This record gives sequence, structure tokens and C-alpha cells, in this order.
Amino acid sequence: MATVPKPSELGKVDHRPPQRPWTETFPEFRPGTYCYSAKPKNLEVVGLPNPREWSPTDEDWKLPDDWKDITLKGMKDRLDKFRSFKLFMDICVRCGACADKCHYFIGSGDPKNMPVLRAELIRSIYRNYFTGSGKILKKYAGARALTEQIIKEWFYYFYQCTECRRCSVFCPYGIDTAEITMMGRELLNELGCNIDWIMGPVANCYMNGNHLGIQPHAFKDMIMFFVDEIEAVTGVRVEPTFNRKGAEVLFITPSGDVFADPGTYTLMGYMMLFHEIGLDYTWSTYASEGGNFGLFTSHEMMKRLNAKMYAEAKRLKVKWILGGECGHMWRVINQYMDTMNGPADFLEVPKSPITGTVFENAKSTKMVHIAEFTADLIRHGKLNLDPSRNDNKIVTFHDSCNTSRAMGLFEEPRYVLKAVCNHFYDMPENTIREKTFCCGSGSGLNTDEFMEMRMRGGLPRANAVRYVHEKYGVNMLACICAIDRAVLPPLMNYWVPGVEVTGLHELVGNALVMKGEKKRTTDLRYEPLPGMEEEEEAEDV
Amino acid sequence: MNASQAMVFSLVAVGILVCLPLIGVTAGMTSLFAVIIPYAAVALFFVGVVARVVRWARSPVPFRIPTTCGQQKSFSWIKADPLENPTDTKGVVLRMILEVLLFRSLFRNTRLEYYDGPKIRYASAKWLWLGAIVFHYSFLVVLLRHLRFFSEPVVPLVTLLESVDGFLEVGLPRLYISGLALLAGVAYLFLRRVTIPQLKYISLPSDYFPLFLIFAIATTGVLMRYIYKVDIVGVKELTMGLATFHPVIPEGIGTIFYIHLFLVSVLFAYFPFSKLVHMAGVFLSPTRNLPNNSRMVRHINPWNYPVKVHTYEEYEDEFREKMIEAGLPVEKKE
Repeated sequence: MATVPKPSELGKVDHRPPQRPWTETFPEFRPGTYCYSAKPKNLEVVGLPNPREWSPTDEDWKLPDDWKDITLKGMKDRLDKFRSFKLFMDICVRCGACADKCHYFIGSGDPKNMPVLRAELIRSIYRNYFTGSGKILKKYAGARALTEQIIKEWFYYFYQCTECRRCSVFCPYGIDTAEITMMGRELLNELGCNIDWIMGPVANCYMNGNHLGIQPHAFKDMIMFFVDEIEAVTGVRVEPTFNRKGAEVLFITPSGDVFADPGTYTLMGYMMLFHEIGLDYTWSTYASEGGNFGLFTSHEMMKRLNAKMYAEAKRLKVKWILGGECGHMWRVINQYMDTMNGPADFLEVPKSPITGTVFENAKSTKMVHIAEFTADLIRHGKLNLDPSRNDNKIVTFHDSCNTSRAMGLFEEPRYVLKAVCNHFYDMPENTIREKTFCCGSGSGLNTDEFMEMRMRGGLPRANAVRYVHEKYGVNMLACICAIDRAVLPPLMNYWVPGVEVTGLHELVGNALVMKGEKKRTTDLRYEPLPGMEEEEEAEDV
Repeated sequence: MNASQAMVFSLVAVGILVCLPLIGVTAGMTSLFAVIIPYAAVALFFVGVVARVVRWARSPVPFRIPTTCGQQKSFSWIKADPLENPTDTKGVVLRMILEVLLFRSLFRNTRLEYYDGPKIRYASAKWLWLGAIVFHYSFLVVLLRHLRFFSEPVVPLVTLLESVDGFLEVGLPRLYISGLALLAGVAYLFLRRVTIPQLKYISLPSDYFPLFLIFAIATTGVLMRYIYKVDIVGVKELTMGLATFHPVIPEGIGTIFYIHLFLVSVLFAYFPFSKLVHMAGVFLSPTRNLPNNSRMVRHINPWNYPVKVHTYEEYEDEFREKMIEAGLPVEKKE
């Protein structure tokens, strides 16, 4: 694995493009800038084509013999199925408004990370084979013939796009690079050119229900571990149930929350909240993953993995589904789930059993975001909160790309944050809400061999955090996405040391005054609560 | 192909297009340039644009993928943003009006400022928005003013437009702002393309060609009006003849008029096959013209098909022993 250059070196970015035209420039697969290829066994589990041992640095990628036909046929098929793809191939005027909006371009200076050029990588092939002018005028119309070199270029750049959609906000025609990247990845997948950090989780999600491959008994053990942790901090023993039929609510969260800090603290926050309000809910070990790595593979794979949510809700005969803090999970739930795997007519329109609020905005999918759910509880005064317990945290909020630009969930998390902590400062306007910057590691790129590009791509996000860190002393970055919770800590360590990362419901858990709790001296991380530092020391003695 | 090659290629192409009517009309092929080509170009324009739109429309929109740029509709006590995140047709229509008439998304533009350190700032950048507005609206006004040549008596709206456009009352004939604004707009869009390194890097001949073509059209128009006067009565006779499908070709209009007319014809003909179709395409963009209500209303994918899933039964079969041991409920006990 490549070592990551120091921040001082990585920060020297030259945004001037090279002299050679882009049509004749091809990428060099340098460690740290590409992801490892998928292991054959992971493709075999889900029946994807061309499983084989290979590496992106190999000269011969062992493409199938008819790779060209597969690619062109695949393109035609998708042009016929997706108006977005067809339209976005035709109407770009290359005004360049998107160029400096991409975090990977800002952090790397590589011109092919400008959304317009990323799209041109496919558009040039489209022109050559699917338009009259391209067929006649060839390179004068911006057309390129398909070569193996171009497949390698696609692999490099379509796995250097986090599908964050920031460019589409600024495009005068709403051209969405995520759509183009998704098509590019689908085509690559048909040739067997996948990356392992996506296909491993896909295979695991498919077989075991979650991306880490946690088996049912182990999943239960892990949750029960946090029951003990909660008891140690609060003195209250929460009692989660698993695969329980007849519960009112099925709760699904990304499995990263079960597995890795600081997501685990957020998970504890969820469980404390549910216990406190007496929610009749259950976990599922079968549908134990909210995140959908299919979204980074193909529409078909997305549908195959998403199917578990409704299937399990139906089997357990719950009334509705509550979803945890996750980015891509919510993109899939908001934009795809009901269409792909609905109608969810076996469920009821979600209604909060505590406040009676009917979630009209989820009346078809029957699935509520936990930020909405908690904001409603707070609004109705159903929670006893002591925000001063978070007084040692000066908090800013990272809008996750998918809940922002695919959903518009801006105010609910901020409403919750303001209720559970006293010190909250937003980052500068051009870097939040719909203009938010990606963590740099989304869409299945959160793997360690890709660390240099992750740090480059995360630079704009980190830069905005550093601004509030220096101006207001911000030391805590809150977010509502499991990938963020996994990848923002190394990013902060690298660019803005002194800033930690938290989920929204970790702060809720800290501030929540529970019935029958003991005197709390620490937060969920076993760090002393404000004003409790001395007692901690006394105990240590 | 590098940037200068792309530019030269486009420049030469427009140069040839200027020469064609020059040679053709001098050689006596007036009816070709005055009647046949304009008719063919206009026909190509309409048929082409309709064909393009139909071609796009034939591909379905399987999923709702709006880019939400504002607060979603959730609780009554949280103010939703119906313009940037619409949930119904009315909101979508308003969002599209803002987009199409005021270039809302471009208005949002920011510019990257990168300093050593590294420190990054995002400054407001409205120049592209302003340039685009000036270019498109002056083009529209110029186009509408030309209706004078196709109506008798002249539509009152056109007369009004002319008086507003020429309000400065400079010179004789009266100076129209729109003509100069159009030239300035094209010049700005071109200069931007060659002076910003990234933009130069991404530009293709098909980016320069329409700019040069429109520049040549506007220039010949301005020249004709203010400097090399053409027989305006003759022009109107010709245009009215074309408009009423009884073409007549008056003598001695002047070659520059035929150059202008030919370039306009080329633009019309080129339109549907080029990036210029963004004019029609903007209306069809699924990230802008769909409401964000897919959690409220089920959206149907016309080509939805069943997929292979790993069912709960298969899952339980694999893990039943372990599940029972861990005290997890199972469907089949044995």
C-alpha cells in the first residue's frame, strides 16, 4: 500500500491543464490513486461476468474477447433505458461551470476530474458510434474510437468519482455526473472490471445481510455488547429485540454503525433514544445493512440488495420502517426503493407512536429518517435533554451529499443539533447544504489503498472545517452518514488535527436524560462530561 | 486535437461558409441561396429538433432523480423550499421557469480560489451568468425584431420592441442595443473559452464553430444595417415572398445580405445536430423537471423486471443452527 505524502506536499495542487490534448492523455496507475480489482469469488457470489485474477497495473486486463461489442451493446441498452443518460450525452455545452466544483479536481488538479471531462470520456465514444456527426467528422466532432486504453481510462476516472452530484447543482441543464458515472461503472462491470471495496461488500450484503459479512448470531452479540456499554455509562439497561414478528417498527441502519467507532456511539444513541421513548421496534439480522453498495455497481444490483428491506418488513409484519443515519442508503430509499421494490402496501403510513405525527412525506415508501423522527420528538417536548453535557464539544455539521442533493434534508438534523448541544456553528455558505462537499471517499471508494486520492478529494471539506476550527474553535464534526463517520476521522487527522467526528445521535445520546439513570460522569466515549473532569480523576485515584 | 487546431478548424469552416454565397451569388445561383437553402434549413431545423426531442422522449425516465437544492417538504413547522425542491407540478413549473428564463443554476456559480497552504475560498462568480443572459436575451430580441421582415403590417409588439431596443436614438438608422449586446456576448463567451486554461482544454471545434458562426451572422447584420446598406425594400419583398410561400427574388439586394442569409440558414440547419439543442433539452432534464415526491407517491419504472435476490428462507437455511443457538427466532425449528 502506498504511503500518503505529507499535507504540505499534497496541498501543492496545480490546476493548470497539461499541454497535450486530453484525448491523447491516459492515466498512470500510481499506488494511492486507484482501487484494487475485485476478487473473483466476490463476483461469483452474485453471478457477475468475467471473474478472474487481475490488477489495474497489469498490461493485459483479461477482458472478454468480445469486450467491444459488450460495451457498445451495453451503451445502446442504457441509452434506450435512461433518458438522463441520452440527454446528458447530447446537451452539454462545455461552459465549464462544473469544472471547479468537483472535490477531486480541486484536490488533484487532474483535468479529467472536471465533471465535464469525466462525462466527455464516455461522450466521445457515444459520438463515434451513436451520432451522425461523430461518424462523419470523427475527431473534429470530438469523437474517439473505443480502445482498451479507454476502458482503462474509464476504470481510473469512474472510480475517481464519488457520485456526490455537487456538479449537477451548478450545471445550467442539471447534467448529473453521478448518472454518467453510474452508467460508466455498469459498463465496466459487464466486462468484469470492478473494484474489491465495492464487490466485497456487495457479496457480503447479498449473502449475510450486511457489508461486513457479520453472521446473525454475531450481529446480535455486537449489539448486545453496546447494551453493556450503555449500562456502564448510564446505569440503564436497554433491551433490543431481533427478528421479532409483530413489532411496530423495523429499524435499519448501516452496519458500519455496529462495527466501527465513532459510528458505534451513534448506535448507542439510537438504542438509548428508543428505550427512553419506549418504541416498539426490532432489529433484523437479515436486513442488517442500510447502506447499498449496489448503487455503486449497477441499478440491478441496487435493486437486488435493497429488496431485503421490504421483504423483511413484510415477514416481520411491522407497520413501518425507521432508517438510521446514512447517506447512500437514503439516496436509494428516497429515489429508488419504492419504484424498484414497491409498492409497500403491506405497511401503514408511518405515524410516530409517541407524538402521533403522521409522516406524510413518507406515505408511499413507509420509511422515516431518524433525523425526522427525533426532530419531531424534540418539537413535541417528548425528550428530556441536557445539552450542557455536550458543552465541551464545539460542533459543526457536515451535510452528507446524498441526504442533501437527493433529498433536501437540511433543517431536521440542524434542529436536533441545536437542541442537544449549546455550541453549534455552520461552515461557510458555499460549502454546506446543497453545496456541501463530499467526504472524498463516498460511492465505495473508502478503501485504504486509495488514501492519497481520499485525502485529495476530502481537502475542500477539510478546508471548510478548518475555517470554523480556527474561527470558532470547532472540535467536533457531526454528520448523518456512516461512510462519513468511517472516513472523516482520518481526513480530519490529516488536514485539521484536533477535530473529531460524531454522528447526530451520539450527541442525542449524550444529552438524553433517561428515566432511572445514574449520575452520568462520562459521555458515550468514556470521556468526562463537562464539569466531571475532577471526579474522573478522583475515581482514577 | 489541441485548442488552436480546434479554433483554426472552426474559423476555416466559417470562412468557407462566408465564401460560398459570395461565389455562388456572383455566379448567378441566386435562387439557390435566396430560396432553396433557406427553406431547406428551416425545414431541417424543425424536423431535426422535433426528431431530437422525440428521440430523447422515447427513452423513459425510470427513476425520480431530481437534484434537490433546497429543504425537503416534511413537517409543517419546517419551511420547505418549493422552488429548489418541489413536490408538485406547480413547484416544478416554477423551478423550470427560473431555470429557463433566469438561468437559476448558473446564478449560483462560485469560483475556486486556491492558495498555498493549502487554503481554499469560493468567491461569487456571476460573470458567466451575466454573459449568458446578455447573449441569449439579445439573441432573442434580435430574432424577434426580424419579424418585421416577415409581417405586413408589422406586428405592433415588434414595433414596440424596436423602440425599446433603440431607445438611445443614436444615429441614423437608429442604433439597436441588442445587436451590439449580441456581439459583446459572443465575444465574451469566446474570450472566456480561450483565456481560462481549463476551458480552453475542454473546448472542441463544436464549441468554437457556433460562436464564430453567430459572430459572423451578427457582424454581417450590423454591417448591413449601418455601413454597407442593402436594398431594404428588396429584402422585405424577398422575405415576405418566403413567408407566404410565393418566393420572388428582387434584383440588386447586395451580396452581403446573401452571406447573412446563408449563415443564418447554416445555423438553423446545424442546430438540431449540435450542442445547440440544449435549448430544447433543458426542458427534459430529469434532475430539474421532476418533483421530489418519490417517498410520497410511487413512481413506476416501465422496464422494471424481477431480479434474483437472496431470500430470507435461503438465509435461514444457511444460518439456522447458529440462529437457534443465539436465541434468535426462526421460521423452521428442525
